[in-house]
Amino acid sequence: MTTLTHLQRLEAESIQIMREVVAETDNPVMLYSVGKDSAVMLHLARKAFAPGPPPFPLLHVDTRWKFRAMYAFRDQVARETGMELLVHINPEGIEKDINPFTHGSAIHTDVMKTEGLKQALDQYGFDAAFGGARRDEEKSRAKERIFSFRTAQHRWDPKNQRPELWKLYNTRRHKGESIRVFPLSNWTELDIWQYIYLQDIPIVPLYYAAERPVVERDGTLIMVDDERMPLEPGEVPMMRKVRFRTLGCYPLTGAIESEADTLPAIIQEMLLTRTSERQGRVIDHDSAASMEKKKAEGYF
Amino acid sequence: MISENIESYLKEHEHKGLLRFITCGSVDDGKSTLIGRLLFESKLLFEDQLAAIEADSKKYGTQGSEMDFALLVDGLAAEREQGITIDVAYRFFSTDKRKFIVADTPGHEQYTRNMVTGASTADAAILMVDARYGILTQTRRHSFLMSLIGIRHLVVAINKMDLVDYARERFEAIVEEYREFARQLGLTDITFIPMSALKGDNVIEHGHHMPWYHGPTLMAYLETVAVDDQRHQQAPFRLPVQWVNRPDLDFRGFAGHIASGRVRPGDAIRVQPSGKASTVSRIYTFDGDLDEAVAGQSVTLLLDDEIDISRGDVISGADSPAQTADQFETTLVWMHEQPLLPGRPYQMKLGTQTVTATVSDIKYQINVNTLEHAAAKQLELNGIAVCTLSLSRPVAFDPYREVPDTGGFILIDRMTHNTVGAGMLHFALRRSQNIHRQPVDVDKPARALAKGQKPAVLWFTGLSGAGKSTIANLVEKKLHAGGRHTYLLDGDNVRHGLNRDLGFTNADRVENIRRVGEVARLMVDAGLIVLTAFISPFRSERQMASDLVEADEFLEIFIDTPLDVAEDRDPKGLYRKARRGELKNFTGIDSAYEAPEAPDLHIRTTEMSSDEAAETIIELLRERRLID
Repeated sequence: MTTLTHLQRLEAESIQIMREVVAETDNPVMLYSVGKDSAVMLHLARKAFAPGPPPFPLLHVDTRWKFRAMYAFRDQVARETGMELLVHINPEGIEKDINPFTHGSAIHTDVMKTEGLKQALDQYGFDAAFGGARRDEEKSRAKERIFSFRTAQHRWDPKNQRPELWKLYNTRRHKGESIRVFPLSNWTELDIWQYIYLQDIPIVPLYYAAERPVVERDGTLIMVDDERMPLEPGEVPMMRKVRFRTLGCYPLTGAIESEADTLPAIIQEMLLTRTSERQGRVIDHDSAASMEKKKAEGYF
Repeated sequence: MISENIESYLKEHEHKGLLRFITCGSVDDGKSTLIGRLLFESKLLFEDQLAAIEADSKKYGTQGSEMDFALLVDGLAAEREQGITIDVAYRFFSTDKRKFIVADTPGHEQYTRNMVTGASTADAAILMVDARYGILTQTRRHSFLMSLIGIRHLVVAINKMDLVDYARERFEAIVEEYREFARQLGLTDITFIPMSALKGDNVIEHGHHMPWYHGPTLMAYLETVAVDDQRHQQAPFRLPVQWVNRPDLDFRGFAGHIASGRVRPGDAIRVQPSGKASTVSRIYTFDGDLDEAVAGQSVTLLLDDEIDISRGDVISGADSPAQTADQFETTLVWMHEQPLLPGRPYQMKLGTQTVTATVSDIKYQINVNTLEHAAAKQLELNGIAVCTLSLSRPVAFDPYREVPDTGGFILIDRMTHNTVGAGMLHFALRRSQNIHRQPVDVDKPARALAKGQKPAVLWFTGLSGAGKSTIANLVEKKLHAGGRHTYLLDGDNVRHGLNRDLGFTNADRVENIRRVGEVARLMVDAGLIVLTAFISPFRSERQMASDLVEADEFLEIFIDTPLDVAEDRDPKGLYRKARRGELKNFTGIDSAYEAPEAPDLHIRTTEMSSDEAAETIIELLRERRLID
């Protein structure tokens, strides 16, 4: 009798989901956000389709405000996997110079991420897009399906989602409809870290603690990643040993003070520090925009 | 250990197993409190979440100053008000021994669909019973659904023991009543735990209120109960092929999730439904080849032979291959507002196979509350029925009880693409049962070559008395004289033997032609030139017969005699009988004849003699190069 570990079972499930999508859709794509969940998702995709590379491109919907280390890491990953990397930046965002400082996190996210994603999916005609979201991230995601259907206008209709039984996924879609597929649905944050540790998966160095220039705003430590960051009167960047639990646009992502500079130390800190990971994201605090509402609008 | 030695903690957690379970119960029986407590006790709640709950507990909580665990999981109430369909919410927690995935289904009116969905991936179920009320209708309903979906391990959590003074007699009375009921359902592995989810008795720790209870706590049970993967490893090997991996000409792998059993390089396998055999040469994974793979793993198999395998095929251990069939007895759960209509074609997804399926007969519907059987003409949302299912082609399968992944299926509406039903295959019906398609070395071309001819079907259609048999008989005589191997299937003769159980209703006419079509196919396979002389009044059945053989092997010959002429000839006196009403469903009188729209040959018997007609047909055979 062979007892599969929880990570082996999760891995097998994710691989089964990805193969199903490749077998039953015409033009799939993997949304690659450069974060740790994307790293695990990409690693699983390579396992699913080896010895060849995964038979779909990576799509990065860029906001122009990611950490510089993320861009460097992204380009390196594309080179090493031999996969095609598509980068899309909403041209309207460039034209109007949308940024989180002038426009606030809500508009920035809406224009650069939500609209940008829709544009890219339309432009390339993708009918399925893998995303790295997990059910444990937030209460409202607990009921999210693994295969989530979007109308031709990218709207999520919560009243019209399909029941998922056994390992059977109904991938039939009408012309113009697309599917968002979440192969990491049943993974938790701890599973992700443990898997990265066991499989030795490369991640962006920002997850590890290091001396970095930060300023403190509204109780959140924001890293001064480049010269575009406007400093308020009296604000002086200070060097602190910090790391990031999640990665997004640098002005919208809070750092935590930490000594954790190895994977075991990160996991240890995660298990002992009892603050859930999304708290580092400024987006969740934006009161007008609940996750549910964003999802209905097409935010991933 | 986390703070002192994280490496050894990680080492230990690397070997944790995974258990998926479902909780069944309704709003008031403490289900949310129980799940909330399990999440809380597993210490995977974060301070910000706890702070939010503490604040909520003061605001909305029902437990006074104590923390209301139910608020942890009751994110669903608000959504329900917004009219959002919540079928199943999945929650996660883990202990040192296992990671747990809990399927939580709200106990409102959609319970059947939701519970079946949640239970389909569960290894175990916790059934909540309020100690004050004992076994209720909903307890029976939930138990039936668990037995239907084949949950092997059931915990009956007799909750709210604090409200019955932790009375042992109360607990034992409920146990006895439940056992009696469970016997009818065939549920065997049942564990009863007296509990107070609110106070924590027998959830994680035994507590001191029920010293008379010596069984496991709920957590101890969940950490040790057997998971289904282990049972599935003992079943025969099955790998439904998901995707054929061909990155280059040197690599041809068959990727899939192992549904049951185990496999090693060197194992003999059989591919269903084709029946072809080969041997496993490698079990390929990204991390290197494996010496063995088991149920629950996603792998890529390489075989010794270059045999044709595609998505939808099932690779089986050669000693006990999957069955193939196209007709089944199934239990069907209907999941959509649009009712199930027998006779309507749906897409069926079974493992990685997708075929067209029709419910030919609803045998009976099951009342989930009383378990009584009732006749039904259609099936509404949340209805459960035992049905006969017919497929467009044979598929590889196992009975659901033996291998759920090759016996559980969904039905998809062909127009809306919604998932409208889910079902479980029980067994194959009639002819298709236990028939493995035997690959043979002497094939159709070989047999035809031995006879020096091209096989074909000459399908004569026309009204009764049109002259089909007469002309077909003349054609056969000419072919026979030319040394051809032929056979004439005649309507009257077949009805005396093969089809003597059939009458003349539309359904029987359809079956009559279906059988003749199958026999003609076998004879074509044997290399014969087959002549069939049947009224065969419906276009769709002639099409069906045509579809059974290659396009160039089927000739539709319309023997066109106007009704008044045929009735005038009336060689068997049948029209006279029909006109007197002694013969029902007579073609041309009270049953329709659908004339061919584009026959290969249109013989108007009012314009030529039978001999001329036979000669015209022979001429056509020469034209089509079926004979010299």
